[in-house]
Amino acid sequence: MTVFGPILMAILLLGVFWLGMKESNERFVLVIDENQGVLGELQDSDGITYDYQDLSFEDAQRLFLASSYTDILYVSPNITTVDAARLLFKKQPSATVLSTIEWRLEEKVEELKLLQRDISKSDFYKIKTSISIKPAKFTQKGEQMEIIEEASAVGFVFGLLIYMFIFMYGVQVMRGVIEEKSNRIVEVIISSVKPFELMIGKIIGVGLVSFTQFILWVFLTIILFSGLQYALFSDMFEAGNVMSQMQMTPEMMQDMAPHMDLAQESGNPDNLINKIPWGNALTMFAFYFLGGYLLYSALFAAVGAAVDSETDTQQFMLPITMPLIFAYMISIFIVQNPDGPAAFWFSIIPFTSPIVMMVRFLASGEGGVPLWEIGLSIALLIVGFIFTTWLAGKIYRTGILMYGKKVSYKELWKWLSYKG
Amino acid sequence: MEYLLQIQNIVKKFANHVALDDISINVPNGQIFGLLGPNGAGKTTLIRIINQITGPDSGTVLFDGKQLNPNHISDIGYLPEERGLYKKMKVGEQALYLAQLKGMTKSEAKTKLEYWFKKFEIEGWWNKKVEELSKGMQQKIQFIITVLHEPKLLILDEPFSGFDPINTNLIKQEILELKEKGATIIFSTHNMSSVEEICDYIALINQSKKILDGPINEVRDAYSSNLFEVQFKGNMIAFTNALWTGHELMEQREEGGINKVKIKRITKHTTNDLLGAIIPHVEVISINEIIPSMNDIFIDKVNEINQPEPIKVNE
Repeated sequence: MTVFGPILMAILLLGVFWLGMKESNERFVLVIDENQGVLGELQDSDGITYDYQDLSFEDAQRLFLASSYTDILYVSPNITTVDAARLLFKKQPSATVLSTIEWRLEEKVEELKLLQRDISKSDFYKIKTSISIKPAKFTQKGEQMEIIEEASAVGFVFGLLIYMFIFMYGVQVMRGVIEEKSNRIVEVIISSVKPFELMIGKIIGVGLVSFTQFILWVFLTIILFSGLQYALFSDMFEAGNVMSQMQMTPEMMQDMAPHMDLAQESGNPDNLINKIPWGNALTMFAFYFLGGYLLYSALFAAVGAAVDSETDTQQFMLPITMPLIFAYMISIFIVQNPDGPAAFWFSIIPFTSPIVMMVRFLASGEGGVPLWEIGLSIALLIVGFIFTTWLAGKIYRTGILMYGKKVSYKELWKWLSYKG
Repeated sequence: MEYLLQIQNIVKKFANHVALDDISINVPNGQIFGLLGPNGAGKTTLIRIINQITGPDSGTVLFDGKQLNPNHISDIGYLPEERGLYKKMKVGEQALYLAQLKGMTKSEAKTKLEYWFKKFEIEGWWNKKVEELSKGMQQKIQFIITVLHEPKLLILDEPFSGFDPINTNLIKQEILELKEKGATIIFSTHNMSSVEEICDYIALINQSKKILDGPINEVRDAYSSNLFEVQFKGNMIAFTNALWTGHELMEQREEGGINKVKIKRITKHTTNDLLGAIIPHVEVISINEIIPSMNDIFIDKVNEINQPEPIKVNE
């Protein structure tokens, strides 16, 4: 898995990249315009070709499937009042295609409206306004660096990585415990070491594996991806612009669409690298990665000890996975509002802080999160994982020697009170 | 008599039942000690306390005269009833790891392992994964791992379950050999007849309580049934007449001209007295004392105490 993972990752990224390149925007659109030409013809662009025919909408529909047209665009006579048109397609157009057509049509309708109101085009463009607000935090040190959306995106990716790795390695700890329990070797081992030592050993062991694997993954993925990318797509690579698209899956693109716009506005990728406080970010990442892992893996270990086989884990997994998934989901909002009360509380509570604080720290820019909040979050996370480890230790100790019994939450509660 | 292990007034309670109720047992040094009882009697809980896997609610355990403590871990070898090893790990690697957990150095463990592998003629298994071995083979490995660090006290929980007769014998021989070398062995089983021949001492546990303990011969004598089986050729009536008033005829049958009778000795007479009485009248082929098995003793004893509640099954 150590080596296979990055290869798979690189292949997946390249796959997305390749599909993105391959995606064809070629459309041949039949335009049925019932405005007797006052609108003028739409301009071909981005692989979309418009063809005008003097047909009724009904006739066009009848002929459509047998024709070579990919779409029919129907523009009704009252286009200037309803601001709506219809598009019939054979194959679903992508959002880009649709917005290109919309944009072309808007252009023409605008021109027509201007003409009707006797406003010159140049006046119109002078009047048309688009305001962008550049927010900046004002603190005692004066105006702070503007809030950087690229950093938010990086924070979000870091949060996602923490989420993924807590899950992956937490489950690995749980599997290890179940394995030892179900093949009964645990009884031999705990006649030599204390159950708590065995549990901690497992958590630390898997933790070190996770860190090693993680670092390997990151480096191998980067090397493999850029290597393959260069080898396979070197010509396109030079065309630029692809990089920013390829680093994210389509879903993520959607989540971050608003930031991407701004990101593109505010400059090239070189800027992005310079604007992020990498030193602090990576230190925070390492801490929250480990802290979150320690907190959750102890709970995963407890679940492993309480059940006989992996199929029984379901009922106990829910309370562990819920806060994790919740933290991941809430971080989407926190990217947008990194100083709100939700951001504050969930970046303090240990069960969500590893993901939320990571996102918040980067999303609110340098000095955005007060130091005391970071300190409190870190302190509580440490207290949190000591607590969960202690709790898990009690459940673990009893659970690993308990076979063939369907364990309930009530039962677990009882275990907490057993003496060594 | 010196005791290696002294268990004094151990009580262990779980949420809804008492697993061990005021158990006291002394295990003499260098002997094989049978810890007998039906399933769920509390044997495994007691063994876990000796192994310091769990602690008692009250009572003390002395090992070699000292309070049991973590330093004793390397003096104890434990073969649990439910056996298992890491399936994906190689045999040799795993044995080394587990031996080091018991405090051996790597090179020491390796030398000892080579000795045992040679002895059991399994040198070829070193680099095999555990999952490639049959269950019996895995058990052999686990037995080796248990005894590898030459513990003073060896605790074997149902050691013969899962072994075929040949390997059972092999393990039995090994156990006797370890005893020769000075090890004390606690043998836990619910199958009482399986250990009678090798145990020196026994303790019977039933429903969390010790109901009987002592050297196996004394226990047998105390519970001897005074029953004899006599086989003879000759007249049944003459035999009955010859019997002293001190004997009672319990059972009789004839098989191929040979009479087989079961008699009970009521008074204090020796077997010689009995023989002297009957030899003039019939031709004696054999006479055997019917020795009670541990199973019989156990059932007797339980009936004697007569606890009506059903046996609870321990989890």
